Amino acid sequence: MSSTSSARVPRSFWAAAVLCCASSVFAQSVILNNPGKKPTVAIRNATIYPVASAPIPNGTIVFSNGLITAVAANAAIPPGATIVDGTGLSVYPGLIDSGTTLGLTEVSSVAGTVDTAELGDLNPNARADVAVNPHSNLIPVTRINGVTTVITAPQGGIISGQDALIQLAGWTPREMALKSPVGMHVNFPSMRSGALDEQPQDEEAEQEAKKTYTKNVDKLRDIFRDAQAYAKASAARALDPKVRRFDRDVLLDALVPVVMGREPVVIHADREQDIRAAIQFADDYKLKMILAGGDDVARVIPELKSHNIPVLLGPILALPQREDDPYDVLFTNAKTLHDNGIPFAIRTSEDHNARNLPYHAAACAAFGLPKDVALKAITIFPAQIFGVADRIGSLETGKLANIIVTDGDPLEIRTNVKRVYIGGEEIPMESNQTLLYEKFRQRP
Amino acid sequence: MRSAIVMAFCALLSGAPAPSPAQTVAITHGTILTITHGTIPNGTVLIRNGKIAAVGPDAQVVVPAGAQVIDATGKFVMPGIIDSHSHTAVEGSVNEISLPNTGMVRIADVLTTDDISVYRQLAGGTTTALVLHGSANSIGGQSQIVKWKWGRPLAQWFIPEAPRTIKFALGENPKSANFHPPPGVTPQYPATRMGVEEVIRKSFVDAKDYMAKWDEYDARKARGENPMPPRRDLLMEEMSDVLRGKVDVHSHCYRSDEILMLLGLSDELGFKVRELQHVLEGYKAGKEIAAHGVTAGTFIDWWGYKAEAYDAIPYNVALMTRDNVIVSVNSDSDELARHLNQDAAKAMKYGGLTEEEALKLCTLNPAKQLRLDHRLGSVDVGKDADLVIWTGHPLSAYSRVETTLIEGDVYFDRARDLANREALAREKRDRLNKEADDEAKEKKDKKDKKEKKEPAK
Repeated sequence: MSSTSSARVPRSFWAAAVLCCASSVFAQSVILNNPGKKPTVAIRNATIYPVASAPIPNGTIVFSNGLITAVAANAAIPPGATIVDGTGLSVYPGLIDSGTTLGLTEVSSVAGTVDTAELGDLNPNARADVAVNPHSNLIPVTRINGVTTVITAPQGGIISGQDALIQLAGWTPREMALKSPVGMHVNFPSMRSGALDEQPQDEEAEQEAKKTYTKNVDKLRDIFRDAQAYAKASAARALDPKVRRFDRDVLLDALVPVVMGREPVVIHADREQDIRAAIQFADDYKLKMILAGGDDVARVIPELKSHNIPVLLGPILALPQREDDPYDVLFTNAKTLHDNGIPFAIRTSEDHNARNLPYHAAACAAFGLPKDVALKAITIFPAQIFGVADRIGSLETGKLANIIVTDGDPLEIRTNVKRVYIGGEEIPMESNQTLLYEKFRQRP
Repeated sequence: MRSAIVMAFCALLSGAPAPSPAQTVAITHGTILTITHGTIPNGTVLIRNGKIAAVGPDAQVVVPAGAQVIDATGKFVMPGIIDSHSHTAVEGSVNEISLPNTGMVRIADVLTTDDISVYRQLAGGTTTALVLHGSANSIGGQSQIVKWKWGRPLAQWFIPEAPRTIKFALGENPKSANFHPPPGVTPQYPATRMGVEEVIRKSFVDAKDYMAKWDEYDARKARGENPMPPRRDLLMEEMSDVLRGKVDVHSHCYRSDEILMLLGLSDELGFKVRELQHVLEGYKAGKEIAAHGVTAGTFIDWWGYKAEAYDAIPYNVALMTRDNVIVSVNSDSDELARHLNQDAAKAMKYGGLTEEEALKLCTLNPAKQLRLDHRLGSVDVGKDADLVIWTGHPLSAYSRVETTLIEGDVYFDRARDLANREALAREKRDRLNKEADDEAKEKKDKKDKKEKKEPAK
């Protein structure tokens, strides 16, 4: 196996790097994020799983300048290409996690390293992509298990801010951003938390909860109504300069593409009544809605179907909300959506362990989702939902070379990811964790 | 009222285990992962009176007439999963947060039998757990080893011969690094790792004095004197029993320095540490841990949730195993406790453990840590028939639990769970409707009574 990554960097550098990293909690990653070269590479003699079409045994995939140029049983290898022997290995598109906070957090309990939730309820102008730390140690940890692309999403309040679809490689946030903003993140107000669903509420608490709920829903509806008016006024002034000038409002500016239907609204809701309310809200304001979370999707199938709402389902490896929910409801939701023809993708809602995305998908397959569909739910389906299926999500000519090479099914825990290419660049198979491993396995 | 109905309903969920009418149960034609003596394809496990009576290839195990037969053709059989770090089924807070050392309080006093997480864990193959206090205090209290005998009275969850255990905690949690007392409330000692060491040291120094007082009293009594007995102290009695080796110490820890601190303290004061819990930097001190004969229960891949977890690596399990430490993967979580088999599988990926080593991480190794390996942790004749039947290899992410048995009784069965769902949903609906009707009737009666008293003018 050729190892271009170690060839680029002298060994002594890694040794020094190990020493500095291990000693400092807040050391930034020493792993090269994006070596910058986009060589021509051909991986041959591998089983290729393009996802969009049937597997190719003994196939060849060629990519150059960051794009896939050929995927076939006998693709021609251009002169000068770096040839990787894929005998016994499998090639898949990079995996896509439809919901993380990667880049926005480093050590969860250390406030200074966490940028996930802004203060206040309405922050449509907050953008995840401006706060992504390209040198976070979480990024190498995630990508060397095959996750090459993620949604990173702000978390706080009712309107959290704007989600970004990022590649897990790049020297700067801009280099990482594949599409941003990719959606307006909304936490739909909820009457009560899941744990309290079946518990008796005293009347006063119930009234108080109702009041807060109504206030929050009003807040959400009010700002969207304002944004509609603002968008209309802006359009009118753009057409006719005689329309009176008005001050710009950064919050409403951020919502204009959403109320105009150009940018989807990603609404997080898990409970049946909240999902229904969210659908009604999106309907009233003619928004392009994507549902995130969706623990209760099985209870709202007709509504999701009639409104053509895709679902970012997950986390899957999580507990059901109610004591008497079937123990496996979160595992079977994906099959229910698939059986009903509702588009969906799977997300981990994770940060440090977004690397476990494939096992969230596998849990769905263990409970009835066909294996190939489980793979699609973390590759081509999210690409379709986020409108980037022309660029990522499958191995097809012209798409970005987000490619992983494995020694087996990437949804199986025991499978090892051998190589990762993001945008055609070979990623060093190293993280702060592998460096600590190498250091301490040599402890005398 | 409503909650009572719901609780009653939850207790009904999938029912208590059917008491096995046949005292003899045979699981036949399965692939048996024995843990101690390899894999038996097309094997049979014969269970008599809750114990494994025979295990071997189908052809070699005679299934007596009248035995209840569970056909495991195409399926995998392994020992019940053991979770050496659980907080499931604890009623209320897991921390008696008022003192740095609350070694006198007992988890056994606050266990409930209706926590739905117990059933969900059975559905993930987990049959035994060490239920611990939290880590707010340097010494948190007395833990309890239980079997998840859902539907049975609590007394039956206990294993009579299980060792007594106590929870210690080091690092950020006992020094309250991540919890801030409300304004006006004095922060609790300790606030540093130095203070944590001091709390533990002082507890044992005090316990030694306490033991000396009683020794003196006993000696005087033996001499025929009539001395005043020392005042009994429940905390000091427990700490004394730790020193006497009658109570196993399970200590929450993260950083290697605090691990080494505890090992040093155990040398100095003469107590033994049985299991380091979490021990995310155990890989930095594997040799010292092994040299002290201490075991380790850890998370395979949790990291970064606090500063002391930032150097956690998924290779921790493999590195400690290679240093000859007995390692388990445990949960500390109602959710993770449903798929500890998957965490075991990750140890093959991260550091290259063999399949058998990986399986031991959630079976035989935690059984050893709990000193119950003579009863639990493998499919061997004479051991408890705590067994899990899977649709596929338990180290595959695509596998699912079909049936979970404890001592030969079925506590989870997927087919039964599925078959019961509709009836349970109907029953819940009926009960809630009846409750609503009753309430409406009660209201109406009250109103009628009132109107009778004060007839409308």
